[in-house]
Amino acid sequence: MTIYAKLGYTLLGLFIVLNWGFLMGATFRKIGARLAGRYGIPFYQPWLNLLKNISIRTTITHGIMYYIGPVFRLTGGVGLFLFMPMVFTGSPNGLWTNFSFEGDLILILYFQVFGMLGMALGAGQGGHPYSAMGIARGLAQHAAVELPLTLAFLSIAIQFDTFSVYKIVEAQQGGFENWILFTNPFAAATIILAMLGAMGHSPFNLVKAPNEILIGPATEFEGTYLGFMQSAGSILHVMEAVLFMNLVFGGANSWIELIVKTFLIYFWSVFVGMVFPRFKIEQSVTWFFKVPLLLGFLAIIIYSL
Amino acid sequence: MKELINKLSKDFNITDAVYQRPSLTFVTVPKGVAISLVTDLRDYEGYSHFVMMSCVDWIEEGKFQLLYLLHNPETKTDIGVKTFIDRENAEMASAHHLWKQVWTYQRELKEAFGIDFPGSPRVDEDFVVEGWVEMPHMRRDFDTKEYSENTYFPRPGRETNDPATYMRKKLYPNEPITAKKQDNDK
Amino acid sequence: MSEKDMNDKVNEMLQRSETNVKKAEKTFIHPEDEEREVVAPDGSIIKINPIYDYFSNEKPTEEKPCSGVIEKFLNWARAESIWVLGFGTGCGSIEIPPLVTPRFDMFRFGVQMRPTPRQSNAFIISGYLSVKTLKRVIRTYEQMPSPKYILALGSCTINGGMYYDSYSTINRLDKYIPVDVYIAGCMPRPEALLAGFMKLKELIKEGKGEKANEYARNFDEYKANQKKIIKDWNMPDYNW
Repeated sequence: MTIYAKLGYTLLGLFIVLNWGFLMGATFRKIGARLAGRYGIPFYQPWLNLLKNISIRTTITHGIMYYIGPVFRLTGGVGLFLFMPMVFTGSPNGLWTNFSFEGDLILILYFQVFGMLGMALGAGQGGHPYSAMGIARGLAQHAAVELPLTLAFLSIAIQFDTFSVYKIVEAQQGGFENWILFTNPFAAATIILAMLGAMGHSPFNLVKAPNEILIGPATEFEGTYLGFMQSAGSILHVMEAVLFMNLVFGGANSWIELIVKTFLIYFWSVFVGMVFPRFKIEQSVTWFFKVPLLLGFLAIIIYSL
Repeated sequence: MKELINKLSKDFNITDAVYQRPSLTFVTVPKGVAISLVTDLRDYEGYSHFVMMSCVDWIEEGKFQLLYLLHNPETKTDIGVKTFIDRENAEMASAHHLWKQVWTYQRELKEAFGIDFPGSPRVDEDFVVEGWVEMPHMRRDFDTKEYSENTYFPRPGRETNDPATYMRKKLYPNEPITAKKQDNDK
Repeated sequence: MSEKDMNDKVNEMLQRSETNVKKAEKTFIHPEDEEREVVAPDGSIIKINPIYDYFSNEKPTEEKPCSGVIEKFLNWARAESIWVLGFGTGCGSIEIPPLVTPRFDMFRFGVQMRPTPRQSNAFIISGYLSVKTLKRVIRTYEQMPSPKYILALGSCTINGGMYYDSYSTINRLDKYIPVDVYIAGCMPRPEALLAGFMKLKELIKEGKGEKANEYARNFDEYKANQKKIIKDWNMPDYNW
């Protein structure tokens, strides 16, 4: 396969992921509305919001980093996508494996934080005091999420002696009893719990909750910047779900399987969010430092012995 | 209550006392005595809770009437200390040293009636209406309707009815308006 | 220090405080925002004028709509996704919370609340508007990105309503900011507010939601009206 064909398939995959992210976001809000007894937004509302944001005429700038913030965030999402094998086809150079390579697990861990850091720089240049507060809260919570998550990733890497997501998926083929969910239950449990924080839904959504007085990093962004951030958010949501699918639930053999599995993974966090109210930052940080961290240590210790 | 008033009138020049109900009494004292009476009530008679402070514009007599309302949490009784001050160059001794919340009341009175309280903290700052440059707006000789018409672009064609007369005409069109009802209209 | 020096110093201090007092009477600008000279970290003396240094002082300009079909398409998207600023000005703001409840549910019409002016298109002036609030409303309105729409709720915004003779509330909103849709009533029910949103959608789809450009075109007139009643104008003329 030539590099151009590969690029084409990757872009097509990105398009599918973006739209699937929008649809999942709308479905999430629809479920929330139905639980509250409302009719809720139409399922195509995210696309309309994106169009509306692009059609805003005024653009206000606070300097170069202000532009780059949303771009960094989008880069975080797209980067996560570029180095993630989406669909397992039996060959490392398959159609939908994107540009995954040996050691991409480390890169993926980095890209998870990348968008957040970019937003910190952009929002910082915006000069709004609430943005800085929101960023401080966001990074504090993100650090608390990353710690158990990284321990679980390391445990899986030790288990299969590789940092390649493709090889981890390959090792889980041949029936659900080979999934890490069953072969490494401690790492799987850690990921399933820490995933709630990584997805950023209630109860861990104080950082970006629009109804808080501090709406966080996005306070100053409008129009196209906001559209960028919405798209990045949708891509990130899907990619996080794909990452956990690859690491714990045995990857996907077709797009249908991917869509079903990411839907279920995504809605694990949505269902938890519908039941539990929002945590304060100090509450969520302590929550991640209790059971998930302990499980993460157990997972590491068991596989290093 | 009467005993308290009798006791107080030995020391203070109480010109008038109104027994509103068993738990509420109003006393009137000259301007110079008011703050010392309030202090005495707070320190020796147990009226330690400052309820509010307000002002009434007695424009016909050229005076402002100030009221300090105090509450005794033990006997559950209230006492109001009234005093008259001149309307021209209105000025009153400040009571900000007795309760901190008096600051705010005095700031309000300064803005709304133009009564000065020398020494009261932040008394010159804006309280509710920002950037007010006219006559203090709660004085009775300030015509708020005229000010509004001159300032805020009244929409032409607006009709305003007196609710009582309008509803009577609408509900009882055949009934003649008697003298008594006319009184009520005023 | 001799007695004369002492006297001179005291006199000088008294004079300075007197001028300060006079200044305070004349202008409503906070001492921190006054135009003054300060010593920079490197020791040089620089002139600063915080109000104009912190904010842009440029006049708004008209922003031309796209042409033909593209603009129609964008207008459709704008009409179907109206983001409302969460800013209550009077008693009418109590009519807005019911809109997110199951009974009225404005989300199904694509109307959502946003907490920051930067991300919102529609501004509900909910009820009577005092001069003090008008000052905040103008600042917020000018910070919203165009195209932006104003819904004026209740009789108070139309002709003063029951506060027509009040010294502190305005009578006609359209003298100070351009209004897209008036919703009459005292108070209008949430259904009326929804009807107002529907009307606004129609207007946007017809391409008539260009009041932000009208504001830019008649900027001087609006500014003169605003400055006539806001006596303590201690902000830049245009702030965004």
